[in-house]
Amino acid sequence: MATDSWQEAGKTRKSHLRSCEKKSSWASYMTNSPTVIVMTGLPARGKTYMSKKLTRYLNWIGVPTKVFNLGVYRREAVKMYKSYDFFRHDNKEAMEIRKQCALVALEDVQAYLTEEGGQIAVFDATNTTRERRDLILSFAKENSYKVFFVESVCDDPDVIAANILEVKVSSPDYPERHRERVMDDFLKRITCYEVTYQPLDPDHDDKDLSFIKVINVGRRFLVNRVQDYIQSRIVYYLMNIHVHPRTIYLCRHGESQHNVLGKIGGDSELSARGKQFAHALREFIKQQKLADLKVWTSQLRRTIQTAEELGSPYEQWKILNEIDAGVCEEMTYEMIQDSYPEEFALRDQDKYHYRYPGGESYQDMVQRLEPVIMELERQGNVLVISHQAVMRCLLAYFLDKSADELPYLKCPLHTVLKLTPVAYGCKVETFYLNIEAVNTHRDRPPDKSGTDPAPTLQRRNSFTPLASHDQVKRPRLYSAGNRPRLPLTTSPGALHFPEPQQGALRQQTQVTFPVFFFSRSRSSLAACESLVAVSASE
Amino acid sequence: MDTFKATMSQEKAELTQTPLQKIWVPGMSTQVLRRRGSSVPQFTNSPTVIVMVGLPARGKTYISKKLTRYLNWIGVPTKVFNVGQYRRDAVKSYKNFEFFRPDNEEAMKIRKACAVTALHDVSAYLTQEQGQVAVFDATNTTRDRREMILSFAKENGYKVFFVESICDDPDIIAANITQVKLTSPDYEDCDREEALEDFLKRIECYKTNYLPLDDERDRSLSYIKIFNVGSRYLVNHVLDHIQSRIVYYLMNIHVTPRSIYLCRHGESELNVVGRIGGDSGLSRHGNKFASALAAFIQEQSIKELKVWTSHMKRTIQTAEALGVPYEQWKALNEIDAGVCEEMMYEEIQQHYPEEFALRDQDKYRYRYPKGESYEDLVQRLEPVIMELERQENVLVICHQAVMRCLLAYFLDKTAEELPYLNCPLHSVLKLTPVAYGCKVESIFLNIEAVNTHRDKPVNVDVSRESEEALDTVPAHV
Repeated sequence: MATDSWQEAGKTRKSHLRSCEKKSSWASYMTNSPTVIVMTGLPARGKTYMSKKLTRYLNWIGVPTKVFNLGVYRREAVKMYKSYDFFRHDNKEAMEIRKQCALVALEDVQAYLTEEGGQIAVFDATNTTRERRDLILSFAKENSYKVFFVESVCDDPDVIAANILEVKVSSPDYPERHRERVMDDFLKRITCYEVTYQPLDPDHDDKDLSFIKVINVGRRFLVNRVQDYIQSRIVYYLMNIHVHPRTIYLCRHGESQHNVLGKIGGDSELSARGKQFAHALREFIKQQKLADLKVWTSQLRRTIQTAEELGSPYEQWKILNEIDAGVCEEMTYEMIQDSYPEEFALRDQDKYHYRYPGGESYQDMVQRLEPVIMELERQGNVLVISHQAVMRCLLAYFLDKSADELPYLKCPLHTVLKLTPVAYGCKVETFYLNIEAVNTHRDRPPDKSGTDPAPTLQRRNSFTPLASHDQVKRPRLYSAGNRPRLPLTTSPGALHFPEPQQGALRQQTQVTFPVFFFSRSRSSLAACESLVAVSASE
Repeated sequence: MDTFKATMSQEKAELTQTPLQKIWVPGMSTQVLRRRGSSVPQFTNSPTVIVMVGLPARGKTYISKKLTRYLNWIGVPTKVFNVGQYRRDAVKSYKNFEFFRPDNEEAMKIRKACAVTALHDVSAYLTQEQGQVAVFDATNTTRDRREMILSFAKENGYKVFFVESICDDPDIIAANITQVKLTSPDYEDCDREEALEDFLKRIECYKTNYLPLDDERDRSLSYIKIFNVGSRYLVNHVLDHIQSRIVYYLMNIHVTPRSIYLCRHGESELNVVGRIGGDSGLSRHGNKFASALAAFIQEQSIKELKVWTSHMKRTIQTAEALGVPYEQWKALNEIDAGVCEEMMYEEIQQHYPEEFALRDQDKYRYRYPKGESYEDLVQRLEPVIMELERQENVLVICHQAVMRCLLAYFLDKTAEELPYLNCPLHSVLKLTPVAYGCKVESIFLNIEAVNTHRDKPVNVDVSRESEEALDTVPAHV
């Protein structure tokens, strides 16, 4: 079998040149220029909130994104913040420092996008003057980056006050946290900016720029000249998020009969303890005293049985179904170890990308679950009764976990996770409903990165020739079952950035390189990752 | 613990799985809140009236028809109500633009009556015919007219979403007029020059009283304003999921001329032996087709063609022969036949005669055990459709069921027709958007292949004989 694959690979070797040009509608932005998202707006308009949320979403769907917050650079440069006077527009010395910070930040943006494999950089600052925006536009032009502005405009004093209380009072600028003083100083700070604020002008000066103006926390949007897919996704995302307080509850179905037997997948019923959990869940929900709660389940029996017990309407989503284990469905881990020892080992090597033969990977699931995430953003209070792998993916989104951590997040049976959006993130509370259940969690095996895998051809479930690697709507992807001939980075997770490589490679259009590449060391993968970006540019 | 168990079984009916769609429902209940991805709003939502707004030749009907097609395809029952149609029914023959003059009182009365009739039909559709969205396609350029619609909607508990198209580019307007107005029934007996002149005067009639949606006065309304065919959008007060989908869709469509090529992979080894599903390679003929396809693409000289395949070997092998970059989409994989994967129809009849019959009864909704239905496929393909709308020239090399779903979207086929659309091997369908629809050209690349199309048999009853079930199975080795 291994030799066959090698032969096949040999046949397709001639097409390796073509494969390096392959783009996916996701990865096409990759071979296209990277994008700089430029936040714009007065302080306390939700720029950092949107930056962080957007970055989290983009990373979760596999687009390497990073925020560059100018305030952080400023705090580095000016160790101690005294008062709003620093922000007066006639404070020349401060202006100079602030400009320097911007330049340093832009340098970092460049390093990220050009050398570190980033695709999107979010430049989080007020950027309220045309002068500053022109600076960024020239910088982008020099580097062939696309620019997309996100301007937040808000004139509702209540919203602004609430923002200040929620995130400014606890800012490093105000260590004493004295509310009135903070409010007072910050409002004066805002006034400093107001003097020189030049909003984006869609009718004249800025009519050729690509941007979205978010007005009054999403009441209204002005969208100008969306250039490409990623910008259209960003717009769609920003139009679906909201800031109304609400709670998301994530839990799994009650213990199932397969759980008890240690079998994965399948469509079994709840065990007796599982039914007890369903009952306990009902009580728990009652105690939460929620005005309105939507309940979502998958289309597998065990989640539906759990929801039935709640006695209220629920919606079934096929895309909330558990990960498809393909040929391993309804096997115990012991059986898998026996029947498919290679597969079993592969999965432990890279659980996120590994795809079961005839089944799915966590990476496939993330794509599958995207509409759920979008809808969760739109909704108010929701209870999602799902499955272990599904819950891990959803949790990773809310808690901003990397692809590396995702498959090992702890989501035990009979435990409800209560997520409450707060400030720039999510508060998590865990409620174990005190009904015993088996443990279905398999820890990450001890680090095997020292041992190189034998150079067997690692195939994906669908026995495809290695001519084209998996580019389904995400960059740098491959399933561990199919090591691409064109090696890519490890996971697209947010926290995975290898040491900077020779940036030169990125600019070439035609590159020849070895067909197979089996070493798993990070740095070598990273070297190849920049090769992926090489392609006939559009 | 025992008492608890007893109470549980008394209180709750057993879950049963519906035989056709394989959905778990409690007891004998047929009503299930089933969410297909994020595309189907809960049926407890109020119906929505989409109100088009804009001067003539601003693309309102184009948008109405496209939007309706998209919403129906994703499973939201939608219908267009074009007031111009009602007017043509009321005023048998159109003389000239004078009819539209704002001071023509008699005509104004007729036009208002038409709008009212159309609204009655909207109400019938939404309330009695289980429609979910009605698209009210008219100019609706005056505040009065829009107020009338808003009151009507309020009385009936409908939501309203305005879609206003604003365009001041004379080239676009001229192009619109040429494409769809000159061939309108209104100008049957006129020559082009006359028709153009008359239509431009018609537009002037509307301009005098045109009040676009206003930022201030209309701030509480839900709407999207589209400027110059999508270079800019203004979105106000989006209320719910369906409106957010509509906005997303409208922001992704364009009118740049382009063509979409749909074809299946070359004949596969499993095709030859009459087996469904699986992941086999191309047969000899299949390989020939791949080369023929490469030649075909070359001779078409398509500008910047994107090529998409699924993750399955047979589509990838086909694309490989083209010698151009291509992208793989897992979403384009063939329908998952679950337990029936890699079986011949004869074997399915032998092992699962009931399932086989159920499938013939409702091929669109039928879900294979541990597999998928066409309905699931449509949900899975929605991102592909959205991306196809954004792109320009694309060749999609996919599979029979997948191609049927994509074709149904472009040709506006119903769920009943969709699973029986003809998508033979070794044929390329070239779709070119034209006027309000799609022109289709079918090109058979002259390489033999087995027939994989199975028509609906006459007898779909579970009790039918084997021969009756297998009556329409195409020949194979």
